[in-house]
Amino acid sequence: MDILANLALGFSVALSPYTLMLAVCGCFLGTVIGALPGLGPSNGVAILIPITFTLGLDATSALVLMTSVYYGAMYGGRISSILLNIPGDEPALMTTLDGYPMAKAGRAGDALVLSGVASFVGALLATIGLMLLAPSLARVAFLFGPAEYFALYLLAFCTLGGMASNNQAKSAIAACLGLGIAMIGVDTSSGLPRLTGGNLHLYDGVDFLVAIVGLFAISEVFLFIESHGKGSSIGVTLNKVRIPWADIFSTKWTMLRSSGVGFIAGILPGAGASLGSFLAYTTEKSIAGEKGGFGTGVPKGIAAPEAGNNAAAGGALVPMLTLGVPGSGTTAVLLALLMTLNITPGPTLFTERPEVVWGLIASLLIANFVLLLMNVPMVKIFVKILTVPAWVLLPGVTMVSFVGIYSLSGSYFDLLMMVGFGVLGYILRKLDIPTVPVILGILLGGNMENALRRAMTLSDGDVMYLFSSPIAIGFWIAAIAGFVAPMFLRKILTKPQAIKG
Amino acid sequence: MTNRFFKALATGAAITVGVASAASAAECIAPANPGGGWDFTCRQIGKIMYDIGAVDKPVQVTNMPGAGGGLAFNTVVNERNDDADLIIAASSATTTRLAQNAYAGRTADEVRFVGAIGADPGIIAVAADSPFNSLKDLVDAILTDPGSVAFAGGSAVGGFDHLKPLMILKEAGFTDITKIKYIGVDGGADAITQTVGGFTQAMTGDMSEVVSFLANGDIRVIAVLTDERVPGFDDIPTATEQGYSVVAVNWRGLYVPKGVSDDTFNSWADKLQMVADSAEWKEAMAANGLAPFTKVGGNFQGYVDGLVADINAMSKELGVIQ
Repeated sequence: MDILANLALGFSVALSPYTLMLAVCGCFLGTVIGALPGLGPSNGVAILIPITFTLGLDATSALVLMTSVYYGAMYGGRISSILLNIPGDEPALMTTLDGYPMAKAGRAGDALVLSGVASFVGALLATIGLMLLAPSLARVAFLFGPAEYFALYLLAFCTLGGMASNNQAKSAIAACLGLGIAMIGVDTSSGLPRLTGGNLHLYDGVDFLVAIVGLFAISEVFLFIESHGKGSSIGVTLNKVRIPWADIFSTKWTMLRSSGVGFIAGILPGAGASLGSFLAYTTEKSIAGEKGGFGTGVPKGIAAPEAGNNAAAGGALVPMLTLGVPGSGTTAVLLALLMTLNITPGPTLFTERPEVVWGLIASLLIANFVLLLMNVPMVKIFVKILTVPAWVLLPGVTMVSFVGIYSLSGSYFDLLMMVGFGVLGYILRKLDIPTVPVILGILLGGNMENALRRAMTLSDGDVMYLFSSPIAIGFWIAAIAGFVAPMFLRKILTKPQAIKG
Repeated sequence: MTNRFFKALATGAAITVGVASAASAAECIAPANPGGGWDFTCRQIGKIMYDIGAVDKPVQVTNMPGAGGGLAFNTVVNERNDDADLIIAASSATTTRLAQNAYAGRTADEVRFVGAIGADPGIIAVAADSPFNSLKDLVDAILTDPGSVAFAGGSAVGGFDHLKPLMILKEAGFTDITKIKYIGVDGGADAITQTVGGFTQAMTGDMSEVVSFLANGDIRVIAVLTDERVPGFDDIPTATEQGYSVVAVNWRGLYVPKGVSDDTFNSWADKLQMVADSAEWKEAMAANGLAPFTKVGGNFQGYVDGLVADINAMSKELGVIQ
């Protein structure tokens, strides 16, 4: 079959000792970058791109190095989510919900290995999916117009209720706060700035990374200072790392389903890995129902988002390679790298530059196995970086946060805003309002609004346009079901006799 | 979620997140995130300047995204007004926003525009299976029923991509421009996706954004907004030869701070001219769908001032600004 011949071509490009070495270096660097709060995969790849020029790498080698860093960062993000309750990058946000409680319960080693395996499954399936389906899947993007995107984002919000807290009202307040923050900046549908106070720094809105680092990392520092360094939640001890076969086995369907959900979310331009892990988590949560214990540190709650976000990372490469439309922030940076190397991604790439595409796919497969080895038997090395005492670690986290955020825009304004978000995060934590919905509001709110505004422009304000395609209607039904079902389920489940049924 | 409002212009390039270090090395500010046209300008021009020996140290590239280039413009005017080692990437988007007062009161005469050395021709494209076979078909459809055609483009409402169809319709004698439907999406490729998917009927953008889709047969370019047909794309008619004399190109160039000496300004102009004349730049232009467009030195500022005045007048006329 063509695919096997192509794959052989890919491996012949990617399997030289030199490229293998690059893959290993890339995986290691990527994992470290992913694990450090504030340095997400996009920054990681962006910071390392000049190195590829300095080293004078050819197109394939540069791609191998960068995709290894990309996949590595996707793996690494979970480490700080689980051990510190601070997501190492945006997509690892959902992993904090169950990963950290599990680590607190003394099972940090199990959580790390399980999430490593889930990452592997997600990434492997996504790479295979990319290989088999990329040319045909590229057409999926043509099916998504403003109405479909709006319904998709709506689905994300409808399933949000009760996700991060047992108090629905507090989740809703947090989500509204996030949506409000998402309104800041220039409105694309009129070109006018909103809520910026005339400050140019706010014209592009609030950067997602600034908010996440402030709400999670900086607020943690404030809590630490308040407790005089005692009783800080940070500093989970890691026992002996062993492979939790039972957990891996019990989550096999979760991993498979989440990989599928994540892959599809990744393919949609703009949605990216964060939405992938989010949808994977909420899907699994609704399948498991109230009895699933999601949020308390269950294996499925770790396997779902990790399989989901790694699969989305692979899925995001589909539109990037076939349409030249980046599916996420990191693929936007990879796209830039490709174009610098005089490779123009687009519908013709697969036929014109097969050695690049298949070399990339082969290197993704290689990187994935290297990462599994690095992240399961050798996970302690990365953990060492994070399990230093809190009084050493937190100043380090603070420093990395400041450097990471400053490197985004080179502007001190973002640093002030980050500290502001830290204060907000501290207040929210004191009020027991979850911070995850705030982040999701900021992340998805702008996109959702733009989709709605575009839909209204195209339809002259006809609301029925939002229900005009089968895909959109499907999302609407899923959204309504996702919103209503938990209320009834809760009622049923609170009746003792119904539990067994 | 942040910077996508403003179009990351057409072609791509490389990345340096971080700040310049070595004091004596020249620095090029790309006023956008990695991957856009400004980043490409800094990266390519900087690299070629070093390769051909116009500068003796590699040019450091700094990304300073924000406010569609406004943040970088503001920083240059307020904080680095006499920095002789600083160049900043600019394009038609810079002049459009200056003309529409989108840089919070900053004006074009607060910096010195060095020159442009390449331009991305504006285009209007439709899906391959579209009923519109020429620009006239499209314009006629709008004249009959303005609501029947929606444009997608990579810039926000009021941005350069939005202005292109408005300029054409103005030529066609259509005055009620608020009736023209336009949606601003996240870049040219996304605009094509929406058009091929049938959600919008036409795409407005730059030549470089459509090259790969054109090769694949997904879309047809029905007009290019240049004086003459673009070499390599000789079968695409200009808008002018179809009866709508509209020229809209996205030039790529540089500006420097206002406070530098004339000698410094002239030295940058010479270096930019050297880049324009180099084989490397010609290669980079060809690979990225840029057409030759060289205006360097003293008279370029006049060209920029003219552009700003034109766009300002047009934006007012079109109702994009007050």
